[in-house]
Amino acid sequence: MIRKSAAEMAKSLASGEITSVELTRAHLDQISRVDSQVNAFLHIDREGALEQAEQVDAKRRAGERLSLLAGVPLALKDVLVQKGIPTTCGSKMLEGWRPPYDSTVVRRLRENGIVILGKTNMDEFAMGSSTENSAYGPTRNPWDLTRIPGGSSGGSFAAIASFQAPFAIGTDTGGSIRQPAAVTATVGVKPTYGAVSRYGLVAFSSSLDQAGPCARTVLDAAYLHEAIAGHDPLDSTSINAPVPAVVAAAKDGNVGGMKIGVIKELQGDGYQPGVLRLFNESLEILASLGADIVEVSCKYFDYALAAYYLIAPSECSSNLARFDAMRYGIRRGEGSAEEVMNATRQIGFGREVKRRIILGTYALSSGYYDAYYGSAQKVRTLISRDFESAFKLADVLVSPTAPTTAFKIGEKANDPIAMYLNDIATIPTNLAGIGGMSLPSGLAFEDGLPAGFQIMAPAMKDDLMYKAGAALEAELVFKWQGPILNLAPKLGAR
Amino acid sequence: MTYMSSISRDDVANLAKLARIDLSEDELAGLVKELSVILDAVARVQEVAGSDVPPTSHPLPLVNVFRQDQVRPSLTPEEALSGAPAQEGKRFKVPQILGEE
Repeated sequence: MIRKSAAEMAKSLASGEITSVELTRAHLDQISRVDSQVNAFLHIDREGALEQAEQVDAKRRAGERLSLLAGVPLALKDVLVQKGIPTTCGSKMLEGWRPPYDSTVVRRLRENGIVILGKTNMDEFAMGSSTENSAYGPTRNPWDLTRIPGGSSGGSFAAIASFQAPFAIGTDTGGSIRQPAAVTATVGVKPTYGAVSRYGLVAFSSSLDQAGPCARTVLDAAYLHEAIAGHDPLDSTSINAPVPAVVAAAKDGNVGGMKIGVIKELQGDGYQPGVLRLFNESLEILASLGADIVEVSCKYFDYALAAYYLIAPSECSSNLARFDAMRYGIRRGEGSAEEVMNATRQIGFGREVKRRIILGTYALSSGYYDAYYGSAQKVRTLISRDFESAFKLADVLVSPTAPTTAFKIGEKANDPIAMYLNDIATIPTNLAGIGGMSLPSGLAFEDGLPAGFQIMAPAMKDDLMYKAGAALEAELVFKWQGPILNLAPKLGAR
Repeated sequence: MTYMSSISRDDVANLAKLARIDLSEDELAGLVKELSVILDAVARVQEVAGSDVPPTSHPLPLVNVFRQDQVRPSLTPEEALSGAPAQEGKRFKVPQILGEE
């Protein structure tokens, strides 16, 4: 049962074939079996999960009308607060903290009867592409335990790729949902900025952060997307408009006549040949299904990475000023408030977080502001204009999700620039605030590891990427003779 | 013209002071090297940032989103203080903020 899709689990729950308590227990058992090897979870809420499951079962027995996903278990990235449940953001700074309120995402999950199994590992405060920056040790890729699961939502994706949960919540600031989806052969969606409320999402870079679904199928991602999206007065950047019909689009999966734009700048040098070959094979499939493949050029994308590594650290240096050792989190050191704050932040923050805070402080300081942060904001405008022009020629845009398959743990830990290059194809969408999806394109010939196919859609047209994604997925699953995760090594008890 | 700046140990120490983070000498030395490399890589944003390009601070065209100023249920003092490192009499207890005099 744990290898089924969330949609299939929902059907089995509705038909009475299985109860939510049984389904939840099956996943908790799998967590006990494999997570000592994967390290996907930072906190497992056994009692709470079984209690939520029991409540759903009781309502179902009483004949109450339930949401479609009621009783299906889920894993939650540890950057979203859940009342009373430890939330660390992968940082020592918040060790032991139990938030006194629910994020809007958690409230929506509860309203849908979705059972939250626990909190998943991540790069500290979502800064990273490998989950190596967690203060609680790296998460390992279920395809090869010596390799990274991507990041920063690495815990969420490793959990679903090892059947510890059917789906999960991640967040994406520069690719933190799509890149881990690519390297674990799963589906990850960063919705349009403002589609999912950021209330209760611990802020990294507020103008870029967006929560979204992590799943094993495009349809499951669509169900979860509809469950968590929608206007929220508690987030002033929440879009007040109907959620696009992404479930209907995923069920439709028809690309006949759809114009698909291949971004010239997001391929070639720096991309692994096996990743590019799979990308081109996916394009051929889409063409064979009746899509019209066109090439588009986005010439300012070459500057996206540079702009991102000024904007995100600048916003982070401001956002993380709230960790002042006064109101919540750890407190270390002696003396004045300032001395205590300085000492706490030295101990509480890891290396990458300090690096970004210092970089952001520099980019925002007087004398350098215009040259760095100001220029980066202008590049952001140029990138949005590139997208606008490209979307005049195509309904959706596509690229490989990440330039390479999963690398070894430790391989890039001492080279920040090499690490940042992981996000070269995913960052432009965050800067422009549009939606992006990654789905598996296959296993690269060089190393047999998964690669991802990225689909980008104009703002608030997230349904288009589900439509194209579902079409491609159906053909690929047929070609693979089943879900791609069937090809992953089986993790057993150690 | 691209504006490039070399960054010294004292620069990083000053930034750390502004950012309220104590750094060890090892951390300072590491950051001097890393920040120089990163700044070299990101300085290229200046190549295309002409005066005719307006800046974008945010992807949504939203300004001044307000809600009604209504009294609503909120955290109790106990809940708000539940994560405090120290508290006294329903208040956050903090180290001395002002100097002696």
